[in-house]
Amino acid sequence: MSKEIRLMKGNEAIGEAAIRAGCASYFGYPITPQNELTAYMAANMLPAGRIFIQAESEVSAINMVYGAAATGVRAMTSSSSPGISLKQEGISYLCGADLPAVVVNVARAGPGLGGITPAQGDYFQSTRGGGHGDYHTIVLAPKGVQEAADLTFEAFELSDKYKIPVLVLADGLIGQMMESVVLPDPVDMAALPRKPWAVGHQARDKRGVNHVSSMNLDPATLEKANLKREAHYDMVKKELCRYEEMQVEDADLVIVAYGTSARVSMSAVQAGRAKGLKIGLFRPITLWPFPYERIAALAEKEGRKFLSVEMSMGQMVEDVRLAVNGRAPVAHYGRTGGMIHNEEEVLAAAERMLNA
Amino acid sequence: MELLYGHPKSLVSIQSKYCPGCGHGVIHRLITEVIDEMGLQERSIITNPVGCSIWAEYYFDFDSVQPAHGRTPAAATGIKRNLKDHLVICYQGDGDLAAIGTAEIIHAANRGEKFTTIFVNNAIYGMTGGQMAPTTLVGQYATTSPRGRDPGEAGMGYPIKVCELLSSLGGTRYLARGAVNNPVNIKKTKKMIRTAFEAQMRGEGFTMVEILSQCPTNWKLSPPESIDWLEKNMIPFYPLGEIKNTLSTAAAPAGAGN
Ligand SMILES: Cc1ncc(C[n+]2csc(CCOP(=O)(O)OP(=O)(O)O)c2C)c(N)n1
Repeated sequence: MSKEIRLMKGNEAIGEAAIRAGCASYFGYPITPQNELTAYMAANMLPAGRIFIQAESEVSAINMVYGAAATGVRAMTSSSSPGISLKQEGISYLCGADLPAVVVNVARAGPGLGGITPAQGDYFQSTRGGGHGDYHTIVLAPKGVQEAADLTFEAFELSDKYKIPVLVLADGLIGQMMESVVLPDPVDMAALPRKPWAVGHQARDKRGVNHVSSMNLDPATLEKANLKREAHYDMVKKELCRYEEMQVEDADLVIVAYGTSARVSMSAVQAGRAKGLKIGLFRPITLWPFPYERIAALAEKEGRKFLSVEMSMGQMVEDVRLAVNGRAPVAHYGRTGGMIHNEEEVLAAAERMLNA
Repeated sequence: MELLYGHPKSLVSIQSKYCPGCGHGVIHRLITEVIDEMGLQERSIITNPVGCSIWAEYYFDFDSVQPAHGRTPAAATGIKRNLKDHLVICYQGDGDLAAIGTAEIIHAANRGEKFTTIFVNNAIYGMTGGQMAPTTLVGQYATTSPRGRDPGEAGMGYPIKVCELLSSLGGTRYLARGAVNNPVNIKKTKKMIRTAFEAQMRGEGFTMVEILSQCPTNWKLSPPESIDWLEKNMIPFYPLGEIKNTLSTAAAPAGAGN
């Protein structure tokens, strides 16, 4: 079957990919710069007989996801940074109850209400759990519209497979820009595997009673549950780490960047190489699990330096430092407040570090 | 021999964690009696709220989902929309429903979500040890209203009549208030639950039964005293009966027709 190619905004591509992935329930609340996504879902879910609700808040939307996910269907919500903060309670409950769900963050600049332009200041929130308790969500960071569609589609698969919510961390630039996308083939929703732990259809499935809960008031039992989840996380770390490398083999300086920053850094690397500078790019695609081991291996090369380029005051740089573990110099460069560095600025930062 | 009265099939036969004289147990029994009568045990799902009834999954012998405090109606929305032919019961205390979850209940009701809310109004926060609830009566003692609820100087607000508050919303079809203080009211409450569940299974819109319920432990009264207190204080303020009924089965209002 020939693939379908469309020119789409990132927000719309994410919505279409979710629909094709078999998202049965979408719950949202308006916030810039992800509004087109909620509108796309309203326009396309309802005619398809699927569930769309504009909730009264992000808090409510994520808890609708919790209820929908408990019934075993594929469920999703999306928002931008301030709204994602409100969803943290629900994400913690989803993780505590081991429910799959997809959450999309078309991130903007903070803190507080901040601004509506693209930023990467939600890295800590996304990768450290964000809400209360010992948990992680899988975090996927697309660099453009095509990857936003691909990773959203895959987010549903991964979430079902691992029973862990998946956060797609895009930003306002990816949400707003238009690019051509090859859309994934729609899944056959009726053919998706049944979830034996879900509530509903007890008689049809001829099973005992199912309870979906994150509560565990006995410390010994809760400890056991948390240890089991941690062992599961260890497996995910082994199986899922994903990244892309560009001219790192001989690089004296490796730029580490994800999402929009990686896109800009690619141009900076090309411009640097044209000037004869040995620079390369390491782009994490999964921010959790973070590819610590690969970065550690890259740090083995004598004299190599690392520059974390982020649209923030420097958050992922902490993970780069953890990975490098003192074996090589690590620095951060980036703009914040919704400003996006251009390739000249990134290249200049790389040259400063090379010459330092 | 015909069995006239026995333990409901949908109610697990174990000793509950509820305090002596607590109303939750009676309410659990009424819910399960109705479910058994309607033959819905394998098609029922309850959202057990944060509050004393958090352990509902131990007691109800059907599926359950445990959401965050106050988000119960949002979670019930996600469940019911995906399982339209199931009986979804959104069980909530007065802290869960009328304080932290006020936005969720108002909007679920306004959307006309087709689950049934069982709202247990014991005029206090039970689980956390007797703090003031939105439904605590003026002058009533609680650990956070140690000199009685004072809407004036202390700015503690007024008790909220939830049925009346929700009755103006277009999505609400059946709002009734019962009590579990004596056999007559218990029977009437059961009938309200049945009416609400039947309406839900017909897909009619938002239904809620508010139930005035004793909390002897946190009211610092004996079980008999707490019944007395409920009758003398709660019922006069929270009138019993159908506050709103626009179901297809409702009797035509007096004076209508002809
Ligand atoms: C977010 C959050 N805030 C506070 C609590 C603590 N908490 C647990 S139960 C409860 C009050 C429950 O009271 P109510 O809803 O009236 O139910 P009851 O226990 O009286 O049946 C509170 C405040 C919590 N679990 N989560």
